[in-house]
Amino acid sequence: MLKLDREIRDAIVAHAKRDHPDEACGIVAGPEGSDTAARLVEMVNAAGSPTFYEFDSTELLRLYREMDDNDEEPVVVYHSHTATEAYPSRTDTDLAQEPNAHYVLVSTREHGNSAGPVEFRSYRIVDGVVTEEDVTIQE
Amino acid sequence: MAIEVRIPTILRTYTDGQKSVEASGSTLQQIVDDLEANHSGIKERLVEDSGELRRFVNVYVNDEDVRFTGGLETELSDGDQVVILPAVAGGC
Repeated sequence: MLKLDREIRDAIVAHAKRDHPDEACGIVAGPEGSDTAARLVEMVNAAGSPTFYEFDSTELLRLYREMDDNDEEPVVVYHSHTATEAYPSRTDTDLAQEPNAHYVLVSTREHGNSAGPVEFRSYRIVDGVVTEEDVTIQE
Repeated sequence: MAIEVRIPTILRTYTDGQKSVEASGSTLQQIVDDLEANHSGIKERLVEDSGELRRFVNVYVNDEDVRFTGGLETELSDGDQVVILPAVAGGC
């Protein structure tokens, strides 16, 4: 199960809506081993694409060094789907390389940049196997 | 030459959980081969059968992405640091 503060959940949704129709991406870092999603880091989608996302390689290094310095790890890796459901695609599954992370998918297909509900779901992706998990929002 | 190599979580199964290992070599190619000699199986995760670095694995030498410094032919000196990071990427 993923536990997420409402503030962080809302910020991820806002990021996804803002970047629609391109995919938005980022992480939520937390203390190593804690499984606590504490610090949202919005990343630029270097692919700038409605169908693909990738962290810029230089920013990726900077982010991991920063987490290393803070004894943090990526607790959540999130991205949006802008025309399809909030479920990991074949590509998402093949490229998932953080076995300890919760992979959060947001779909903006219904309301795009506008206000309105979004699909917000979380998964574990380990060795190509996708397992959906509950998301509990904490006030 | 002793080079520190930072290992990402997903590849620590090859390094008995170690976050960082030492390898020797004067090019990245030699480092990768030395890693393979001590941590069997790791090379396949970094390099394609064709011999190119995998598209979704980033390797940095002293904070520079080796895609811009000659890939596996990038030269190394004593005390350099190699960082391996899986790309964070996907697509619908």
